[in-house]
Amino acid sequence: MDAAIATLDIRDAADAAEAIRAAAARNQPLGVVGAGTKRRLGRHAPSPRELSTRALTGVTLYEPEELVLSARAGTPLRDVLTLLDANGQQLAFEPMDHALLFGGETCAATIGGVIAVNASGPRRIKAGAARDHLLGFHCVTGRGEIVKSGGRVMKNVTGYDLSKLVTGSFGTLALLTEVTLKVLPKAETEQTLLLLGLDETHAVAQLRRASGTSNEVSSFAMLPAGAAPLCRAETVAALRIEGPEVSVATRRDALAAALRDSGARFETLPFAESAAFWAALRDAAPVAGHSGQVWRLSLAPTDGVRALARLRESGAPILAHFYDWAGGLVWLCLEPAADAHAPAVRAAVDAFGGHATLIRASDETRARVEVFHPQPPPLAALSRRVKESFDPAHVLERGRMRAEA
Amino acid sequence: MTLIMPAPEPDILSQRDALIERLRAILPAPNLIVDETARRAYECDAFTMYRALPLVVALPETVAQVSAIMALAAEMSIKIVPRGAGTSLSGGSMPLEDGILLGMSKFNRVLEIDYENRCARVQPGVQNLAISRAVEERGFYYAPDPSSQIACSIGGNVAENAGGVHCLKYGLTTNNILGLEVVLMGGEIVRLGGKHLDSEAYDLLGLMTGSEGLLGVVTEVTVRILQKPAVARCLLLGFPSVDAGAHFVGAVIARGVIPGGMEMMDRATIHAVERFQPCGYPLDAEALVIVELDGTQAEVDLLVSVVDAIARAEGATTTKISTNEAERLQFWAGRKNAFPAVSCIQPDYLCMDGTIPRGRLPEVLAGMDAIAKREGLQVANVFHAGDGNLHPLILYDASKEGEMARAEKVGFDILRLCVSVGGVLTGEHGVGVEKRDLMGEMFTETDLEQQMRVKCAFDPMNRLNPGKVFPTLHRCAEFGMMHVSGGAAPFPDLPRF
Repeated sequence: MDAAIATLDIRDAADAAEAIRAAAARNQPLGVVGAGTKRRLGRHAPSPRELSTRALTGVTLYEPEELVLSARAGTPLRDVLTLLDANGQQLAFEPMDHALLFGGETCAATIGGVIAVNASGPRRIKAGAARDHLLGFHCVTGRGEIVKSGGRVMKNVTGYDLSKLVTGSFGTLALLTEVTLKVLPKAETEQTLLLLGLDETHAVAQLRRASGTSNEVSSFAMLPAGAAPLCRAETVAALRIEGPEVSVATRRDALAAALRDSGARFETLPFAESAAFWAALRDAAPVAGHSGQVWRLSLAPTDGVRALARLRESGAPILAHFYDWAGGLVWLCLEPAADAHAPAVRAAVDAFGGHATLIRASDETRARVEVFHPQPPPLAALSRRVKESFDPAHVLERGRMRAEA
Repeated sequence: MTLIMPAPEPDILSQRDALIERLRAILPAPNLIVDETARRAYECDAFTMYRALPLVVALPETVAQVSAIMALAAEMSIKIVPRGAGTSLSGGSMPLEDGILLGMSKFNRVLEIDYENRCARVQPGVQNLAISRAVEERGFYYAPDPSSQIACSIGGNVAENAGGVHCLKYGLTTNNILGLEVVLMGGEIVRLGGKHLDSEAYDLLGLMTGSEGLLGVVTEVTVRILQKPAVARCLLLGFPSVDAGAHFVGAVIARGVIPGGMEMMDRATIHAVERFQPCGYPLDAEALVIVELDGTQAEVDLLVSVVDAIARAEGATTTKISTNEAERLQFWAGRKNAFPAVSCIQPDYLCMDGTIPRGRLPEVLAGMDAIAKREGLQVANVFHAGDGNLHPLILYDASKEGEMARAEKVGFDILRLCVSVGGVLTGEHGVGVEKRDLMGEMFTETDLEQQMRVKCAFDPMNRLNPGKVFPTLHRCAEFGMMHVSGGAAPFPDLPRF
C-alpha cells in the first residue's frame, strides 16, 4: 500500500463537496476509498490525497416488505448482509469478495465499494448484477456538487438512469454517499447438480443446454480438472438450483433427465456444500490460489471456450481458468509478463466480441497496461465526454480507468 | 393548462425547402413525407392532448440513412424527434414544428435469433409481442410485456425502459437487453454491449435505456430471451377494503414469494369491467387482486397454497384459483379490458403513471379520491401491486368546458402526492412532455443540471428531442461543455422557454 497517501475522513456530503471543490480549484486529484478492499482493482494511479467514507456509515432505510434498503456508502457490507439475512433476504447479485484474489480480511468491503466496481457473483446471469439492483443514490460529483438520482422504487423512468452509469464507474464520476438497493428474498434452499467427466467444450455446452430449459437454474459454471474448490480429477459442470425444497428436488431431477444424453456422471451437492461451492466461485477461487496475473473475460456463452482456445494457440501460458455464466465469463490466471499478455488476451476476445479486464497484476503492470478493454474511438470519446460531464477537471480517481492523456 | 414548447426557430423554418431537397438525396420518395395532410398522421402519439405538425417526416430503412439524416440535421442545426410505434402516453414522440419526425417503423425485421446464446438481434421498429412470437416455436419468449405490447415497438420500449405485468419477477427492459446500436446526433454509429454481459467500462447501455429519445436513435437491439415457465396459475382475490388488499400484497412479499405478476383494481374499475364484458369479478369487493405464480408444476402448486393461505388470513372475501390455462386467461381478461371498460364511464380519461411504495397505497388512493372530488371528477385505479406502479384513470368529458384542464390539474396533483410519499413521477410511461414541468418536484436544480450535462455529452447542440423531459432549455456552453471561441458561442440565438 502506498504509504504517502493522505486520507481525509468525510462525515457527510457537505464535507466531500467542500474537499472536492477545493481540490478541483487547485487541480489536485483525489482518490475515493471505503475499506480499501478495491485498491488493487483498476489502473494503478493513486492520488496523493484521498477521501474516505469509513465514517459515513449506517442503514438509513430498510423495509423488507417493500424490498428496499438504503445505506450510507461507508456502511460495511457485512452489516448489510447480516441485517438482510435476519429477515430472510439477500442481495441477489451476491457481491464478489476480492479477499481471495488480493489477500486481506474477508467480507471487509463497504456497500459503496461494491457498487463502485459492480461486484457481482455467479447468480448475475439470472438475477442481474449490482447495476440491476441499484434503485437510487446520493453522491458528490467531481464538481463538488451534491446530486441525487433515482429513488426507492423499482419502476422509475423519471430522468436518466444514472444509477446504471455510476455502478462500476470506480469513483471516477462521483463519490457515492448513499445507495438505495432492491433486496430480494433468500431462497429456502439450494442444490447443485454436477456433471463430471466431459471434455471442456462438451461440458460448457451442457451449461448452455441447461440455460435453455425451464428449470430456472440460477448459476452455470465449469471447472477444469483439478480446479479448486472441488479439485476433482475430471471436469465439473455445475448447475445451481434454488427455491423451495419440493421445487429444488424436482427441478434437479428434471435437469438431470434433460442432460442424461450428455454422457456425464451426475452428482449432487446438498445445501451447505452447494452454498460453499458458489461462494468460492463467486470469489474466483479456481484462479485466485495460483500466483499469476488474473484476467476476466466477458463474451457470448458460445464464445468463451473459443476465445480460450485461441489464446492457448497464441502460446499464452495459462496456469488456471474456469467458466461461469454458461460459458460467457472466463476467468484466467496467466504466468506474469510485463505486458500481462494483454495483446494476446484482447485479440482472443476481439475475434468474437466482448471484453477483457485485467483484474490482478502488480502495481507497475497496472500502471502501464490498459486494464479496461479499449473502445473504438467514437465510443471512447463519448465515454470521456460523459466523464467530464461529472468531473471536468478529472479530480476524482484520475487515471483509475483510463490513462490520462 | 397550456403546454409550452420551445418556440420554432426561424432559422430552421426558413430552411425547410433546402432540407427537403437534401433529404431527397438520402431517402426514396415514399420514405419522405412532405405533404401537410400526410404529415397530420404523425401529429401526436398516444398522448393526444397536444399535437404539432412536424416539419417533415422521414422514414428511413437503413442505418446508413439514419446516420446521414442525423448528420444532415446536425449540419443544418435542425431538430430531430424519433418515433417508434407512436404509442407513448407522455408525448415522447410528439413532433416539433421545426423538427424532422424520424419514424423508425420501417426498421421492422428480426435480424437474428441466437438460441444458443439466448438472445435475438432485432430492429427497433419490431413490435414487442412479435419478438416473443418469433421465438415461441422453441418455447422461448421476451419477458418485458407492457400492456401495449401488440402495438409498441422494442425501440420505444428501450426509450421508456418499459415494464409490464411480469416485471417484478423478470425485470424491466434494462434488465433484459444485452446490446444496442445507436446513432448519435451528428451521425456517429456506436455499439453498446453485444451478446455478452456487463459493460467494459461505463454502462452507457444502461444510461441509454429510459433516455426517452434524447441521447441517440436506436437502430438495433439485442434482447435476452428466456425459456417459458413450465406452468402458470392465477389466484383471483377480492378484498373488503383497499387496506386489506394492500396488506395482503405486503404479506406475500414478506413471506418471501415473488409472484410472476400481481395486479390490483379498485371498486370503480371492477364495476366498469363487469359492465363492459362480464368475467366473474366480485362486485362486492373494494379491491381485486390477481396473483400469477409461474415455474415448475410442483413449485407453482406449493406457492398457490401459500398465497391462498395468506389471502384468507388477510380477509379475502373471494378466492378463485385457476386449474387450467383457460381459467388463468379468463382471470386476466377483465384486467386486460380495464382501460377500454373505464372509457365507457366517461368519454375521456387521462391515464397517470406514478410509482409509490406499495405500503402507502391506501392513503394514496384516499388522497387521489379527495383530489379528484375537489375538481368534481372521478378516478378509477389499476395498480401494478407487485412494484408499486399506479395507473389512476382520471375520468372526464372533453366536450364539457374546462374539464380537460381540471383533469390535467388532478393528474399533476396526483403525481405530487406520489412523490410526497416517497414515490416517483413515472414508472414506465416516461416524462415526455406530460410530466416535464413536474421534474422539480423530485429533483433540485443541481440534480437536473447534472442530467442535462450528461445530455450535452451526447448532443451538445440540443437538437435531439428538445422540449421533452427537462423543463428548461440550457445551452451546453453555460455548463462549460462547449468550446466558446472569442466569447462567441455557436448559435447564440438559441431560444429558451
